[in-house]
Amino acid sequence: MARMTMIEAVRSAMDVSMERDDDVVVFGEDVGYFGGVFRCTQGLQAKYGKTRCFDAPISESGIVGTAIGMAAYGLKPCVEIQFADYMYPAYDQITQEAARIRYRSNGDFTCPIVLRMPTGGGIFGGQTHSQSPEALFTHVCGLKVVVPSNPYDAKGLLIASIEDPDPVMFLEPKRLYNGPFDGHHERPVTPWSKHELGEVPEGHYSIPIGKAEIRRQGSAVTVVAYGTMVHVALAAAEEMGIDAEVIDLRSLLPLDLDTIVQSVTKTGRCVVVHEATLTSGYGAELAALVQEHCFYHLEAPVVRVTGWDTPYPHAQEWDYFPGPGRVGRALAEVMEA
Amino acid sequence: MTEFPQLSLHVPEPAVRPGGMPDFSNVNIAKAGSVPRPEVDAASEGIRDLAYSIIRVLNRDGEAVGPWAGLLSDEELLTGLRNMMKLRAFDARMLMAQRQGKTSFYMQHLGEEAVSCAFRKALKKGDMNFPTYRQAGLLIADDYPMVEMMNQIFSNESDPLRGRQLPIMYSSKEHGFFTISGNLATQYVQAVGWAMASAIKNDTKIAAAWIGDGSTAESDFHSALVFASTYKAPVILNIVNNQWAISTFQGIARGGSGTFAARGLGFGIPALRVDGNDYLAVYAVSHWAAERARRNLGPTLIEYVTYRVGAHSTSDDPSAYRPKTESEAWPLGDPVLRLKKHLIVKGVWSEERHVQAEAEILDEVIQAQKQAEVHGTLHAGGKPSVRDIFEGVYAEMPPHIRRQRQKAGY
Repeated sequence: MARMTMIEAVRSAMDVSMERDDDVVVFGEDVGYFGGVFRCTQGLQAKYGKTRCFDAPISESGIVGTAIGMAAYGLKPCVEIQFADYMYPAYDQITQEAARIRYRSNGDFTCPIVLRMPTGGGIFGGQTHSQSPEALFTHVCGLKVVVPSNPYDAKGLLIASIEDPDPVMFLEPKRLYNGPFDGHHERPVTPWSKHELGEVPEGHYSIPIGKAEIRRQGSAVTVVAYGTMVHVALAAAEEMGIDAEVIDLRSLLPLDLDTIVQSVTKTGRCVVVHEATLTSGYGAELAALVQEHCFYHLEAPVVRVTGWDTPYPHAQEWDYFPGPGRVGRALAEVMEA
Repeated sequence: MTEFPQLSLHVPEPAVRPGGMPDFSNVNIAKAGSVPRPEVDAASEGIRDLAYSIIRVLNRDGEAVGPWAGLLSDEELLTGLRNMMKLRAFDARMLMAQRQGKTSFYMQHLGEEAVSCAFRKALKKGDMNFPTYRQAGLLIADDYPMVEMMNQIFSNESDPLRGRQLPIMYSSKEHGFFTISGNLATQYVQAVGWAMASAIKNDTKIAAAWIGDGSTAESDFHSALVFASTYKAPVILNIVNNQWAISTFQGIARGGSGTFAARGLGFGIPALRVDGNDYLAVYAVSHWAAERARRNLGPTLIEYVTYRVGAHSTSDDPSAYRPKTESEAWPLGDPVLRLKKHLIVKGVWSEERHVQAEAEILDEVIQAQKQAEVHGTLHAGGKPSVRDIFEGVYAEMPPHIRRQRQKAGY
C-alpha cells in the first residue's frame, strides 16, 4: 500500500495497465513529454516510450477519432481530454461512432477506449474549465460513465475501464485531485495522505463498473451523489446532525439501482446531489427511478440539489457550487416534509 | 479618407442548371500519359503539380500510355472489368428491388465503379478500408459474397448486421471493410488512427480512408490530415470527387482551392489527382500510394475525378438541380466502356464476349438475389428478431437494458 493523491492513483492505474498490456496507449494534449496539465501522465513517456505515450494536436475530434481507429485495430487507447469542457468537438465521434460501433457492426468491430477528462468546478475555471457534462454521456446508449470520488476508487475503476470491452467516459473531479474537498472552500483541504481512501495498492486491482458504495450508513434519508458531491454530502450530514445514508454511485452508467432502491426503501426520503445544471441533468433520471421503484415508501418528494441552470460563473463560483450549506438545507427540508 | 464599396457575399454556383447545356469546358484534362510518375519517396514539395493535373493512362483510342501504364496483366484487367460489371449489375438489381419495396433505400455507383474496384487491388489481406457508402466495389473485388450484401440490404433473418443498419452500410473485418457509419467524414480520421496503431505495433498493414468531395468540408477531414501528417501514418487518404454532394456542386466544399487534392499540400502530404474513370490509372496511383505507406514514407492524398451518373440515393432526384444530359457530356467517359475498349484493342476481349459476360454476371446476381430472398426482404418473410434490438449495445447486457427487453416482452 502507498499513500496517493487522486492524480497519482490515476497515473498508477495507467502505469500498471501499460506494464501489463502492450496494447494500452496513452495520448492527448500536453500528455507526452510534459505529463499533462494536471500531471496525470507524468513519467509515462519516459518509461514506455514515445509511441505509447505521446502529445496530440489540439483537436479533440482527432484525438477521439484516431483512438476509435486504434481500438478497431486492436489497441486499447486511454486518452486524455484536457478538460471535460473540451470534449464537444469530439461529441460526434463519441456518440455516433464510439458508442455504436459494436451495435451497428454486430460485434464485427468494437471500441474499447477510455476518455479521461477532468470535470467539475471549484478551481476558478470559469465557464470553460468547470463543466460537468456527464448527462450528455449517460443519455447515449453504448457508453459507460464513471465518476470516482477518491484515489482508491479512481485507480481500481480506471483499470477496470481500460480493461472494459466498451467505451468508457472517465470523469475525474478535478477539485478532488489533491484532497477530499467537502465544499468548505474557505478552509484548507485535508490532503489524501490523511484519508483512508488515499491508501492505494501499488499493483493491479480493479473495481467493477456498475457497483455503488455506501459511504455513510444512515436511516433517516438517502443522499445519492457522485464525485466531489459525495464529500459535500458527508459534510452536510455531519453538520446538520442528520442520520443520512450517503451513496457514492461511482458509475452512472451502468447504474447500481439496487443499492439506491434498498436504501430509499429503508429511509423513505431521498436527496439527489450533483454539480451539473439542474434541468435534464442526471439527477432527473435518478429522481424518476426513485419514484418509479420506491413510490410507496416515500415520505417526502425527492429533492435535487445541483448547480444552477446558468453557465458556471467565475467570480461567483461559490454561490454556484452546491456546497454543504445548500445540501444541508435540502436535508432539513425533506426531514420536515 | 478612402471610400470602400459596400461588401457583398460570394455564393458559388455551378456553370449550368437544369434547362441549360452541360458544359465541362472548365475541367482541365491532361492528355493520357502526359503526367510524370515520381519515385515513391518524392517529397510533396517537388510534386505539387500532381495535385492540379489529372493522371490518366487510357487514351481515346483505348491504349494504355505513359509512365503510369503497364502494371497489370491481361488476366488482372479482365478480372477488373468483370468486377466493375458485377458491381453495375448488382446496383441495377438492387435499385429495382428498392422500387419493388424489398428494401427502404439504396445507393448506386453508376459511373464510379473503377474507383473502388481498382483500388481494392492495391491493398493486401489484412489492410483496412474505412469506406463511405459508395465503395461497395471494395467488397465485390475482394469476392465478398453478394448474397451477404443482399441479406444486409433486405434486413432479413440472415442479415449479418441483424437489421440494425441502413441498407448498404456493410461491415466486414475479414474483408478489410470497416463498418460504414452513415455519418459523414468521421471514418476519415479513424482510418488515420488505425494506421497509427499499425505503426505503433511495427506491423506491415496499411489503412485507407474514404471521403466524398462534399464531406471534405467537415472538420474531421482536416483533423485527419493533421494527424496523418504529424505522425506520418501509413494511410491512403482518398477523396472521391464525383462533382455532386446530393444537390450541392463541388464548388461549395472546394471554395477557392484549385482542387481537392491541393488541400493535402498545406499539410505536406503528397497529393495526386487521378482520372477516376480510368481503371488502370486508379490502380497505378493507389498502388504508388500503398507502396509509400508500406515503406513507412507516410500518407498520400488522392483525388479521384469522376462523375456521379445516378442519383445520390433512391431518395434523390437530380433532374431538379442539374441538366439531365450532364452525365453524357462528362469528358472522362464511362469506366466500364473504357476498360472494355482497351481490352478489345489489346485483342483479349470482344463485343461478343462482353455480351456473354454481361449475361453470365446478371445470372450470377439473380441467383444470389433468389438465395437472399429465401431469407426474407424488408417487409416480407424472415426478419431479424426483436430481441436483436437489445443485444450488442454492450459486450454484456446491463440491467437497465435487460429490464427494457423484458418489458417489451422478449
